[in-house]
Amino acid sequence: MQVPDSTGPDRIFQRALANKEILLPRCDGCGKYHFFPRVLCPHCHGVSISWHRASGKGRVHTTTVVRQKPERGGDYNICMVELEEGVRMMSRVEGIAPGDVVIDMPVTAFVGEAGGAPAVLCKPTEV
Amino acid sequence: MTADLRGKSAIVGTGHAGFGEAHGLTAYDVMAQSALAALGDAGLKLSDVDGLFCTMMEDAMPALMAAEYLGIQPRFIDGTMTGGSSFVNYLTSATMALDAGLCDVALIVYGSNQRTASGKLVTVSRPPAYEAPYNPRYPISAYAMAAARHMHQYGTTRAQLADVAVAARAWAQHNPEAFERGPLSREDVLGARMVGDPLTVRDCCLVTDGGGAIVMVRADRARDFPKAPVYVLGSAAESSHRQISQMKDFTVTAARESGARAFAAAGVTPADIQVVELYDAFTINTILFLEDLGFCAKGEGGAFVEGGRIAPGGVLPVNTNGGGLSCVHPGMYGIFTVIEAARQIRGDAPGMQLDGIDLALAHGNGGVLSSQVTAILGSQATL
Ligand SMILES: [Zn+2]
Repeated sequence: MQVPDSTGPDRIFQRALANKEILLPRCDGCGKYHFFPRVLCPHCHGVSISWHRASGKGRVHTTTVVRQKPERGGDYNICMVELEEGVRMMSRVEGIAPGDVVIDMPVTAFVGEAGGAPAVLCKPTEV
Repeated sequence: MTADLRGKSAIVGTGHAGFGEAHGLTAYDVMAQSALAALGDAGLKLSDVDGLFCTMMEDAMPALMAAEYLGIQPRFIDGTMTGGSSFVNYLTSATMALDAGLCDVALIVYGSNQRTASGKLVTVSRPPAYEAPYNPRYPISAYAMAAARHMHQYGTTRAQLADVAVAARAWAQHNPEAFERGPLSREDVLGARMVGDPLTVRDCCLVTDGGGAIVMVRADRARDFPKAPVYVLGSAAESSHRQISQMKDFTVTAARESGARAFAAAGVTPADIQVVELYDAFTINTILFLEDLGFCAKGEGGAFVEGGRIAPGGVLPVNTNGGGLSCVHPGMYGIFTVIEAARQIRGDAPGMQLDGIDLALAHGNGGVLSSQVTAILGSQATL
């Protein structure tokens, strides 16, 4: 997907996803990461933000299954993943049955596709 | 609000319309019928209303639409939209406006025809950009994730969640105004269709039509109306997020702060409250709010509601009209927590009227556990 060159926080995040990279914003002032991307740090309200590649290491913070009839696409997972950088985001765990996703399960975040666009998805971490 | 505003305003009229199915009526029709009912209850006319407090689900400027429909020209208007908590929040702004002389008769009003219009939640709000790609079902996926986390962290069980729905139904069975009055057992809830794990369709509020309205005046003239006045002793709000993905702790809501400030303003404690009306969009809500408002410790909500302890004859009467789970849920339920609390204090509750109620708590929830607003209402004796 072609993402126009631009410097807005959402654009930087989306452009990275289009390049199969998960970039996370981190505040230069307090050193904390935040998500979703924005022009200020929600922790200390600093405005100097830099971008860093996520390790992809994460854990399921909470999870649910959207129940849906098979003819409408069947059940699917919705979860909150907590990345080791300290941010949480909505995601979906793939590769296992939606109901087998459990809280605290180690997962690896990767760039897949959701809703017809690049998005952060997760798969169970091999241990 | 602070203790300075304690008892400065009173509810002198309540009304509702279109409960269940309001065939052939628009949302604004139901809103207007509710307004007329509340004004009739107060012995007032639409032309007496000079303060309007309203939001609805189908329009971006609903308060203006409502004023226009009603044929009034309010000199004070508040259309703040915090979801279903809005109408509890208006108790604060109406009290402030009345106290400041910015209006003399405040009308809080809501109406919806979502059941007969579409059969599901009607809303102009759009899915958040960083959640929409995963296609969560709003609002249930959000509440389901909160319930899952509570179960994981505190050992809360699906049976305890089910008991919230069973208690609500038991109250509704006494209330001829309630939409669902059939028998409901714990097994019925557990065995119902799973919608968003761990919540079944019986863990979810109803989808009905309906509207509600409240008339408020300054306390100094509150005894000049047909019904016993119900005073606003304290009300307070706290907002923590908009999107569920931004909720810091999925097991703790901002009701902790809204509740603490409402209690402080009213000068009472949870132990003083005789009846509790909570926004129960999902069974987990009741458990979260009982904990966060201080009726039990964090993590003990499941045990607190278990086995009929909040049902008729239990230790604490909660959602005595049947709540959003069994009485009525027209998209936003918040106004009905205030109406039922006020009617319990007045002594004209439509269902089971409890004896000697002087102090009641109404709690509104908006968004996805995002906006929490608590109000404490009292009889003349509590002033
Ligand atoms: Zn910062």
